[in-house]
Amino acid sequence: MPISERTIEHLARLANLDLDPDERERLAKDLGAILEYVERLADTEEGTALEIPSMTQLREDTPTPPLPSGVAVSVAPERHNELFKVPPVLGSERPKPA
Amino acid sequence: MSLLALSAPILADRVKKGEIRAAHVVEESLARIEAENPRLGAVLHVAAESARSAARAVDAAIGRGDEPGPLAGVPILLKDNISTIGMPTTAGSRILDGYLPLYDATVVEKLRGAGAILIGKTNLDEFAMGSSTENSAFGITRNPWDMTRVPGGSSGGSAAAVASAMTPVALGSDTGGSVRQPASFCGVYGLLPTYGRVSRYGLIAFASSLDQIGPLARDLGGIRAVFDAIAGHDPRDATSSPDSGMARRDGALRVGIAEGLLSRSGVETGVAARLNETAARLERGGARLVPVTLPDPDKAVATYYLIATAEASSNLARYDGVRYGLRVPGETVESMMRRTRSAGFGREVKRRILLGTFVLSSGYYDAYYVRAQKSRALLRRAFLQLFETVDVVLLPTSPTAAFAVGDRTEDPLAMYLADVFTVYANLAGLPALSVPAGRDAAGLPVGAQLMAPPFGEELLFAAAKHLEGTAA
Repeated sequence: MPISERTIEHLARLANLDLDPDERERLAKDLGAILEYVERLADTEEGTALEIPSMTQLREDTPTPPLPSGVAVSVAPERHNELFKVPPVLGSERPKPA
Repeated sequence: MSLLALSAPILADRVKKGEIRAAHVVEESLARIEAENPRLGAVLHVAAESARSAARAVDAAIGRGDEPGPLAGVPILLKDNISTIGMPTTAGSRILDGYLPLYDATVVEKLRGAGAILIGKTNLDEFAMGSSTENSAFGITRNPWDMTRVPGGSSGGSAAAVASAMTPVALGSDTGGSVRQPASFCGVYGLLPTYGRVSRYGLIAFASSLDQIGPLARDLGGIRAVFDAIAGHDPRDATSSPDSGMARRDGALRVGIAEGLLSRSGVETGVAARLNETAARLERGGARLVPVTLPDPDKAVATYYLIATAEASSNLARYDGVRYGLRVPGETVESMMRRTRSAGFGREVKRRILLGTFVLSSGYYDAYYVRAQKSRALLRRAFLQLFETVDVVLLPTSPTAAFAVGDRTEDPLAMYLADVFTVYANLAGLPALSVPAGRDAAGLPVGAQLMAPPFGEELLFAAAKHLEGTAA
């Protein structure tokens, strides 16, 4: 299935990636080739039940000591006291200092 | 003879008896890495000081008459996607350059508890995505048998390190063949345990329904000793199983021979020849050979790449520049995240994130992701049926011996097909072992792969026992 550069641009937006024009062109070509290869699954028996075995065993619902927040933020690229610090979430204007 | 050439359990035994000191073994390993690593690029980080102090602790425990554990003094290297407290863990990615985990993976705790000495971390394809160890942000790893060739991947650093005797054993991770294929390319043993047998707590996730941690070693004894040390239920990994393995049935081992696969295009004649010899050796050892037909390997690869990339696109969403790792500044949180991810991820990782995003996106989900899950269920069912008539299945680990550096980097599909015989086991949740099966005409190692039903690791070891001594 051919993939257009517009589709690649849409996927990149969904995946939070910026791509330059060269990357877009290349990825469109690569993904097209890969999707052509996976076309061989098209005749997979319809109506096959999804029987992926579930081995999940949930833990007892008992609280255990969490990672202290000061320790958790110690590896963050930017922090403020025991908080993760990020650029403004809304808009591009930086809030004026109080 | 170097101590590092000894089998891990034999080395541990000699340390425990006080014949050699763990401190001495560690110095040998560090010296070997210093001598070999500049040309091989197998090791990303050497933890010399912590290794020395761990070795002193083992020697002191033995001096006091304490039990130092079944891997006492055995130096071990870990693939750099396994979390180690305070020791760099990059997953081969710029996005985790400089990251120091706040906790140890369960396998790391278990290895330390068993007396093993953590020497350092090995190179890998970025986020374990690749079959050649050419996708690492920190340089490529080369094959110790031929420096112009790749060691396989994604656990290529661990395979090259064990093959060049930097340590007797190492850990890798296997999502679609990433322990077994490099083991095959480097002439060592590599085990994919049954899904659920070894805790993934602390393993940096790639595709969670497929990822497993497994050992690489130059001998079967090393594989078993490390597997015994790391296997077992862990409440911190919800997919971890309390099952402790199935018993072997009495009578001759029934080995399924997937003859049809050997005539497939792309299977090298050297690989086919070594596989036929391996089958003959098993028969001479008392096994009964049973011809079997395996599911279409091309469909398995297609199924694998749809499921693995879908899961990867979701798992890798966590790298956002907020909590750890790289941050590239931006005006808003959104632009910061986009810039961070665009600068931090390499080409193959971006390709897989985009493919996975496509597979899961509205309008394509049923045609790709759901169909792949159905195909996976059919494949698993086919294997479980097959294992009602045979104990293990023999097939090549890889259709080829090690290929040349740079050979497949421009053709992702050709690279993906390096996994054509290994993805079965991950998709069906089976254990599988790559065993050295001799060399091809060019002198490159060839691997034979054994697969068993879930929790049938003992069957793999029993079959491999017949094959021990095949020159790598």
